[in-house]
Amino acid sequence: MIKRVIFKGQLLPLLLLAPQLAVTAVFFLWPAGQAIYQSLLQEDPFGLRREFVGTENFDAVLNDPLWLNALGNTAVFSVSVAALALGVALLLAVQADKAIRGANLYKTMLIWPYAVAPAVAAVLWLFLFHPSIGLIGRALNAAGVAWDYKLNGGQAMLLVIVASAWKQVSYNFIFFLAGLQSIPRSVLEAAAIDGARPFRRFWTVVFPLLSPTSFFLLVVNLVYAFFDTFGVIHALTGGGPGNATETLIYKVYVDGVQNLNLGASAAQSVILMVLVVGLTMVQFRFVERRVHY
Amino acid sequence: MATLTLTGVKKAFGATQVLHGVDLAVADGEMVVIVGASGCGKSTLLRIVAGLETPSEGQVRIDGRDVTPLEPADRDIAMVFQNYALYPHMTVFDNMAYGLKIRGLPKPEIRRRVEEGAALLGIQELLARKPRQLSGGQRQRVAMGRAIVREPKLFLFDEPLSNLDAKLRVQMRAEIRRLQKRLGVTSLFVTHDQVEAMTLGDRLVVMHQGHAVQVASPMEIWSRPANTYVAGFIGSPAMNFLPAVLVDGGGAARLAGGGAPIRFVDGPRAGGEGRAVTLGIRPEHLEVGGPDALPVVVDLVEPLGSESVLHGRLADDTALVARLPGAAALTEGMRLAIAPEALHVFDAATGARIDPAGG
Repeated sequence: MIKRVIFKGQLLPLLLLAPQLAVTAVFFLWPAGQAIYQSLLQEDPFGLRREFVGTENFDAVLNDPLWLNALGNTAVFSVSVAALALGVALLLAVQADKAIRGANLYKTMLIWPYAVAPAVAAVLWLFLFHPSIGLIGRALNAAGVAWDYKLNGGQAMLLVIVASAWKQVSYNFIFFLAGLQSIPRSVLEAAAIDGARPFRRFWTVVFPLLSPTSFFLLVVNLVYAFFDTFGVIHALTGGGPGNATETLIYKVYVDGVQNLNLGASAAQSVILMVLVVGLTMVQFRFVERRVHY
Repeated sequence: MATLTLTGVKKAFGATQVLHGVDLAVADGEMVVIVGASGCGKSTLLRIVAGLETPSEGQVRIDGRDVTPLEPADRDIAMVFQNYALYPHMTVFDNMAYGLKIRGLPKPEIRRRVEEGAALLGIQELLARKPRQLSGGQRQRVAMGRAIVREPKLFLFDEPLSNLDAKLRVQMRAEIRRLQKRLGVTSLFVTHDQVEAMTLGDRLVVMHQGHAVQVASPMEIWSRPANTYVAGFIGSPAMNFLPAVLVDGGGAARLAGGGAPIRFVDGPRAGGEGRAVTLGIRPEHLEVGGPDALPVVVDLVEPLGSESVLHGRLADDTALVARLPGAAALTEGMRLAIAPEALHVFDAATGARIDPAGG
């Protein structure tokens, strides 16, 4: 079935691959190599002097309570963002899949948040939840809820989770909706005739048939939560209060760009890279087994 | 095992009226085939019985109980779909056991029933496979098995054979009939194929534009079709229709194309002289030669081995198809005679059958 094209020489295939390889080399291999190289060096803030220190940077990072704190934050943050974004998107997609009036408008509206830049999205949430200028923030305080994410670490974490998940819901929604629409109607009808109520039908037929989509989205969402949420955190809380919302990727930025501790920052980004690669491998190894293609 | 009664079932999708009031009573253990061209409302009728569509008006009763407002799950029915609708992520065993698990049957009982059903259909070796690893015929069997193990009151078949190749279709057709007789389950079978309908049904429902035009046994429908639609739909090649007028006080008819009047052997028709009628004659009831034979210009002969199908035209350009035994040669100036005892008379305007007056 698969049509294989066999090239005689080596030049043409290399030439055809060159653009993609060049992009990978310039934007991934080179910076990643630089990061690994720098993670082995100790450098002064002005770049005047550098010295090879072996794994000292790694030792320091792994024993740093602040880094361990960021690791914990990241775990809570990514799992929550992925769960929230996937759960809400699935719920909305199931609703949108039903024959309802204005379904198209509803779908379009749901896709919009994806087009909003992270920083803009963060400002939007800021205007809603800021304790003194935010609409909802003020209302909460007026109602007697002590809402101030600038002071309360738990509230700050909640806010960055919700804001980050909100941005990802659109993306998940599109994939879930497409997945739902590819399930043959007659299969659901057969289940209904077999006696399955809507709730049971969803968990025994619809959800298993959505599992390839869900698996793909889980990987994408975790990677999103690990790397792409920098903008939201930076604009909303800046990692604070204290270090309550400082995730691994945010700490890389703080240590490298703000504190100019390049060696430690590079070591952290290498660890982060290894973590995500490892996590994705685990997902493919263990979760994919339960997926029905 | 149950009876099924439909009373005045109507269905409209928006402004489109799909069913115009269908009445039907299916006896316990009977197999009724709903047949009609696509778009006649036959699938909609089946889906209403299944509970997948709600009728706009009318009632569905299973075993005397009004099930019209009930969900499919509460009707105790099983359905075989055209595309089989197997659960793609489950093994054959799980596909067949799904409905039983939902009903909370004990595990040994589920296993016993599934294995029994699989043995009945000859699919014991396939129980561990997924649907995508099966051929069309095997999937068909699994879909049947899923219906059988439920031991429902009613089997519904929605064109289950139309996705199979011709040979397998004939084989499965016989198998379905054998199985249905053996299990004695009341069944409703939808098809657009008139051969399938004739061979499978105890009775047929011929549907046309949302009406059940005729409900009768296959032979009754073949020998006494209620109108020109049924007459043309059942039987292959289709019945010939010849425009004519009554003469001789309704005791005979003269073809519009001229020729000697054809006398009705079973008695005169009402309406008297000059009533416009349509004469129907099946291709197999035409024979070569005879005193009152009509001259036919033959333009095509289809040899089928044991018989031949002739396509020709009468003098007034009316098309005529004849089925003759053996190999018929294309001859100049061929004459075909109508067997008067096999003649059907229909009203020219309404298409309704006209039976002999008083008989």
